[in-house]
Amino acid sequence: MEELINKLKGEIIEQLNLEDVKKEDIDNDAPLFGEGLGLDSIDALELIVLLEKNYGIKVANPADGKKIFQSIRTMAQYIQDNKK
Amino acid sequence: MSATNYISAFCRISSGKVNVNHSIMFADENEESSAAFIKSVYKHYQINYPKFYKMDKLCQLAFVTSELLLKDNKITEKYSKEDIAIVVSNSNSSLEIDTEHQKTISDKENYFPSPANFVYTLPNILIGEIAIRNLIKGENTFFIFDKFDAQFTADYVNSLLNSGKAESCIAGWVDYYEGSYDGFLYTVEKTPGVLGIEHTTEQLNNLYK
Repeated sequence: MEELINKLKGEIIEQLNLEDVKKEDIDNDAPLFGEGLGLDSIDALELIVLLEKNYGIKVANPADGKKIFQSIRTMAQYIQDNKK
Repeated sequence: MSATNYISAFCRISSGKVNVNHSIMFADENEESSAAFIKSVYKHYQINYPKFYKMDKLCQLAFVTSELLLKDNKITEKYSKEDIAIVVSNSNSSLEIDTEHQKTISDKENYFPSPANFVYTLPNILIGEIAIRNLIKGENTFFIFDKFDAQFTADYVNSLLNSGKAESCIAGWVDYYEGSYDGFLYTVEKTPGVLGIEHTTEQLNNLYK
């Protein structure tokens, strides 16, 4: 799980162009949206694309996004549970 | 007889130089890429706007040019936000990011369009970025020309001011494609301001050489 979290942080930094953000700056349990990384609605769409592109996971119900993208840890857990 | 309007300030970012009101404020002609140069200008001036890194290169150029233009000529504090217009043109539209977007949708087996790229696939988004940053709510228009058309721009912007549709305007040319970049923005007011150059075709052509 820790390995996946670390990998995911790198992918998010790259995919979302989070310049000046390092992996160690991202708290595993901090909210991704609003506070924390301060991501916005376009970033949410990018994360959905990232899941599909890198892990083959389709988020069929957008309402699930709120739970999946709560933090890096919840996202990693979702990947672990749904990876094909 | 139409009223006289004035170019009160300008900023030009091109060829590795930042020219604000005839002064070279920053230069780095050795910078390897145009994108790196624009980022180095952003960092040099310690502009703090995290969304900058999410913008496409065209918007980054427009954003930095507008920041340096408005830094010492705060028209946003002089005029109501509804009375400031933005009129910009270029020749390559948003082709730089359009091409990147195209690459992500050309292969049906590997079809992953980036939403963050897609939202920049219109050139007038750069006007939106400037407006959002400065809370400007006035008239705004984007034109595509082969090259900077001083006569059209002067006539159009003067018409906005003379007809009362705006009290001030951010106008100019912002173009980016395949590493070639040119950001030229200036403010037009009814009073002379910092530079006091009459907003005419001839003066614009002199300024934009």
